[in-house]
Amino acid sequence: MPDNTNTNSFQKQKNKDEMKKQLISFALMIGFTIIAFAIVAAEVMDKMFAVPLLLVLAVVQVAFQFYYFMHMKDRGHEFPAMMIYGGVWAAVLTIAALVAIVWW
Amino acid sequence: MSHDHSLNPETMPQEPEKATLEGKNKFLGLWFFLGGETVLFASLFGTYLALRNSTANGPTAQDLFGLELVFIMTMLLLTSSLTSVYAMYHMKNNDFKKMQLWLGITAFLGIGFLACEIYEFYHYIHEYEFTFRSSAFGSAFYTLVGFHGGHVAFGLSWLIAIMVRNAKRGLNLYNAPKYYTFSLYWHFIDVVWVFIFTVVYLMGKVG
Amino acid sequence: MSIAAAQKKGFGAFIWDYLTTVDHKKIAHLYLVGGGFFFLLGGLEAMFIRIQLIKPENDFLSAGLYNEMITMHGTTMIFLAAMPLLIGLMNAIMPLQIGARDVAFPFLNSLGFWLFMFGGILLNCSWFLGGAPDAGWTSYTPLSTQSPGHGVDFYVLGLQISGAGTLMGGINFLVTIVTMRAPGMTYMRMPLFTWTTFVTSVLILFAFPALTVGLFLLMFDRMFGSAFFDVALGGNAVIWQHLFWIFGHPEVYILILPAFGVFSDILSTFSKKRLFGYTAMVFATILIAFLGFMVWAHHMFTVGLGPVANAIFAIATMAIAVPTGIKIFNWLATMWGGSITINSAMLWSLAFIPSFTIGGMTGVMLASAVADYQYHDTYFVVAHFHYVIVGGVVFGILAALHYWWPKLFGKILNEAMGKWAFWLFFIGFHLTFFIQHFLGLMGMPRRYWVFLEDQGLDTGNLVSTIGALLMGLGGLIFVINIIYTAFKGENASGDPWDGRTLEWAIPSPPPFYNFKQTPLVRGLDPLWIEKTEGKGEMTGAEPIGDIHMPDGSILPFIMSIGFFIAGFGFIYQTDQKAWLLAVFAGMGIALLCMLIRSLKDYHGYHITKEELEREAD
Repeated sequence: MPDNTNTNSFQKQKNKDEMKKQLISFALMIGFTIIAFAIVAAEVMDKMFAVPLLLVLAVVQVAFQFYYFMHMKDRGHEFPAMMIYGGVWAAVLTIAALVAIVWW
Repeated sequence: MSHDHSLNPETMPQEPEKATLEGKNKFLGLWFFLGGETVLFASLFGTYLALRNSTANGPTAQDLFGLELVFIMTMLLLTSSLTSVYAMYHMKNNDFKKMQLWLGITAFLGIGFLACEIYEFYHYIHEYEFTFRSSAFGSAFYTLVGFHGGHVAFGLSWLIAIMVRNAKRGLNLYNAPKYYTFSLYWHFIDVVWVFIFTVVYLMGKVG
Repeated sequence: MSIAAAQKKGFGAFIWDYLTTVDHKKIAHLYLVGGGFFFLLGGLEAMFIRIQLIKPENDFLSAGLYNEMITMHGTTMIFLAAMPLLIGLMNAIMPLQIGARDVAFPFLNSLGFWLFMFGGILLNCSWFLGGAPDAGWTSYTPLSTQSPGHGVDFYVLGLQISGAGTLMGGINFLVTIVTMRAPGMTYMRMPLFTWTTFVTSVLILFAFPALTVGLFLLMFDRMFGSAFFDVALGGNAVIWQHLFWIFGHPEVYILILPAFGVFSDILSTFSKKRLFGYTAMVFATILIAFLGFMVWAHHMFTVGLGPVANAIFAIATMAIAVPTGIKIFNWLATMWGGSITINSAMLWSLAFIPSFTIGGMTGVMLASAVADYQYHDTYFVVAHFHYVIVGGVVFGILAALHYWWPKLFGKILNEAMGKWAFWLFFIGFHLTFFIQHFLGLMGMPRRYWVFLEDQGLDTGNLVSTIGALLMGLGGLIFVINIIYTAFKGENASGDPWDGRTLEWAIPSPPPFYNFKQTPLVRGLDPLWIEKTEGKGEMTGAEPIGDIHMPDGSILPFIMSIGFFIAGFGFIYQTDQKAWLLAVFAGMGIALLCMLIRSLKDYHGYHITKEELEREAD
């Protein structure tokens, strides 16, 4: 498999570029985390505003984790993506039910 | 055909984890499993959210949670996610020694996280008498966070087992998928933690 | 490891072979034997229930025993009979239909079976250890948290262990279908049974984790003093109902979709036509699965979720009738103008269509939330779900067994006995359950131990019991048929039904490597294409070469025993802390097996080209 080896500098460079992207996403994830903690620690925001914001920060961070760290953006990840989205759909329904229609 | 799948940089495929059918199967199988795990944790999160105010006059989320320790734990786990990315980077470049090194750091950070969690639980139980049995909130809290901690512990044992096993053998097409699937699992643990620190701790603190 | 060594062996070697096998066909045999055993057990429990209800205020069973009987009947039939039988069929047939030599994870396949088996045995041990679970197959809290004794503990642990096995099976099938299809076998050329296996596995993947969590919560409440369902400490009993039905409703589609696949294959084979509306059938399957996830609360209309939630779930439920209707019409259109052969497999399929349609119709009635307040927890519901599960799933399993028996065991089931079994079971089934609709409408509640006389319920219940006995008789004839066929059955050729799909392109029973050459697929119904073009057999997609096979392993069996022991430990540690030793020992065994599996290399072995060629002579 001569064309499928990474002896060539092209592949090495590609891996390096990929790593750079992953480092950037890591920096962003850390940034989001600090923002989230800061919002809560500073107690500057109203609950109605803070909770959705925290959730958005978490979702974005998780998207980075999936798409960059776990390579879901790459080719050959169609089925993994489908199953994760399927799982997320079932997860959303489950959480929505347990939050909204459990009487007390 | 041969049993020796050892690799040298000359013959290394681009994606050693998916170069064999077994590797491809393991790769997909673990991803699908994570799809199921998503629902597993969703059920636990849902239960927690339904019960998080059912404190039965015991300590509440606001009484209990401190942000400092959780922040440290988050940093430990997020960093361990990055170190396992580095390990996979070195796997693709077929640098086994560096891969093992980064995985070692990953394991170290994971152990640190677990130690903090054990301390945290100990703290709640002894300082606040907040236990698994004290209220529905307590049960839901320890179950959700404990399930995550259990996943971390399982992941650590898995990592250490494959690291020790392959220390002398180097990377090959037989064990590359094992390393890769571990890294996926480890990232997923991190994903779950992101929601735990957001939903349990930060939202708990906000009220 | 050679083929020659696999022949001529003693009984001990035979047992050892099945304990360590990772061959999907042998695992299928194990599933069919295990599932068949539990099916007979569940059937026996059903007979006891019907005998108890044969007359008013009967005292055949005590009230407590009756509760145990209904609980175990439901639990056994769903988890230990219907699902394993279907998974067995999937195991046996799906890899053949896509031209694969094995499944993606042979080891996990074996582990999945043994976990199911030991989970089932653990559950049934309860009969001898102080009483079976008695809180209904749904085990609603707080009834299940209050139930004294260890019955419900066995339910929790037994289902947890067998559920883990099912989840593994689901992932295994998914990966197999994605990565191991033969060249040319595109997704839209897969037989419907393979498609339904795929979609069912997706449902298993997303539904079972909810049950896992539900069972853990129940286990923690019963055994470790947590307070999820304990209202005094702020717990909430409705959580169990949600988690159970988030799993439980997809579960009924997990059961029925493979049966739909079976009927699609059988109707097209015996009508000598390709399946009508193949594409629509595939999309209807996917749509049913998708909608099936959003309707669970129709089991909870009377809980008090509020009119908005009830309305949403009612409409979603009714919407499922649309894709199901598409399927019914496609089956009818498949037969239209076909050259139809009627044999046992076909009889079960033909009987399925009207029977299932009745069940579907009462399903739409029940979906109406307002009307459901009247039907809820009456025999109307009992009649409804038996119409869909017996009329759909059991008919499907029996049709599939008649259809694929030659492929599984190399013998054709006796037709005369097949027809006797069919007619007795079919008539018995409608006698048993049709009248229950009316019993329900007259107000007879389900799960009651006795009913009073002169309330208009006497005749109906008597008729129902007579029907149940006929069903039992039909089932008995089927068992006799199996025994008869094993000894005197006619040997089957590779293609006894003039089949259309890949499994009929190889000998019956198939060699352990399935396909000597991976076949080249040129369209839907690949074997039929070759037949119509005068070739009659598949072309290989590769030259004959060495075949790689996985190693057998005893670890799955030992690992499952480990969990079995740990299960007992968990159950009894509430009485005596010393039982925690069993927990640690059992879990230790299981984890040790996992470690060995992880550390030891399993490279498999090769069947050489020479051996394959010698085999051909």
